[in-house]
Amino acid sequence: MILVTVGTDLPFDRMVKVVDRWAGERGRDDVFAQIGEGGWKPRNIPHAEFLDPVEFKKRLAAAKVIVAHAGMGSILTSLHHGKPILVMPKRASLGEQRNEHQLATARRMEELGKVDVAWDEEELAVKLDAIGSLTSRGSIEPYASGGLIEGLAAFIREGRVPDGLAGGATTAQQPDTASGVFGEIGSNPALDGK
Amino acid sequence: MSGTTKILAISSGGGHWVQLLRLRPAFEGCDVVFATAKEGYRSDVGDAEFRLVTDGNRTEKLRLLRSLFEVFRLIRRERPDVIISTGAAPGYFAVRLGKMLGIRTIWVDSVANAEELSMSGQKAGSCVDLWLTQWPHLAREDGPKCFGNVL
Repeated sequence: MILVTVGTDLPFDRMVKVVDRWAGERGRDDVFAQIGEGGWKPRNIPHAEFLDPVEFKKRLAAAKVIVAHAGMGSILTSLHHGKPILVMPKRASLGEQRNEHQLATARRMEELGKVDVAWDEEELAVKLDAIGSLTSRGSIEPYASGGLIEGLAAFIREGRVPDGLAGGATTAQQPDTASGVFGEIGSNPALDGK
Repeated sequence: MSGTTKILAISSGGGHWVQLLRLRPAFEGCDVVFATAKEGYRSDVGDAEFRLVTDGNRTEKLRLLRSLFEVFRLIRRERPDVIISTGAAPGYFAVRLGKMLGIRTIWVDSVANAEELSMSGQKAGSCVDLWLTQWPHLAREDGPKCFGNVL
């Protein structure tokens, strides 16, 4: 089974259309797609706008390979389950995302050897034909570890981080004002009572 | 300080939530209240406390206002000692409000932001007590620290 997912945010029609055409041409009946709210409706593959998180994990665990937008939720969940994942970055310039961070995510995760990347529709079509040979990049532990956890735990317990960790303790003591928080969205009734 | 440290761990859904959950070992020995935007995530936290808040993005002003109000109410109700977030809007509101209320605040910028910090991350970071990026090349002397990443 191939699980296709566009994430919890905006649809990703550009990716779904390529997968749908490929599944139709190749006669694949082992593809399921999560297409996002208002996403383009595939003709050849079963699909849902959203999957309940429990249902999503069930389908992901049962899938042989994941085809996804380059979102860290999809990538981390796939890695945790030891599934190979082929990602295609959403582009803000095409209205698929609010900024271009998925290009950076895809590039960095590819460098780390965690994902395969299809940078555009042509490459996705080519890589789908070879999807059977996509292998797992290994799995990650269910939780983070190392410096990030140690530093956070120390800061939560003691209010400071050990000196050995990346430049040591950090605090921001300057008084804050309400104006900064609400500069973008106007007035702030919630704070007046404080 | 007496008693167990209480943590409010709050984020949007999707990747923000997946990353927040991966930080759980750091919360060991503390009371944790998780807050996010989808009921379906409740089963992710097991026996821990779980709260729902509205999410929004910068094109959804009304939802943002609602999110802000709910986050404010949540903080007043739960009175956490520490607030930690991986983004985006509800977490941003939580650390900004938390800081004003004298609560210790932590912002862990998403690992997705590999080449520049998120917009909410840049704005939240400068006011929190501990500001982290997950990418060493984005760490700065006067900016975020990097201790590692959620992978």
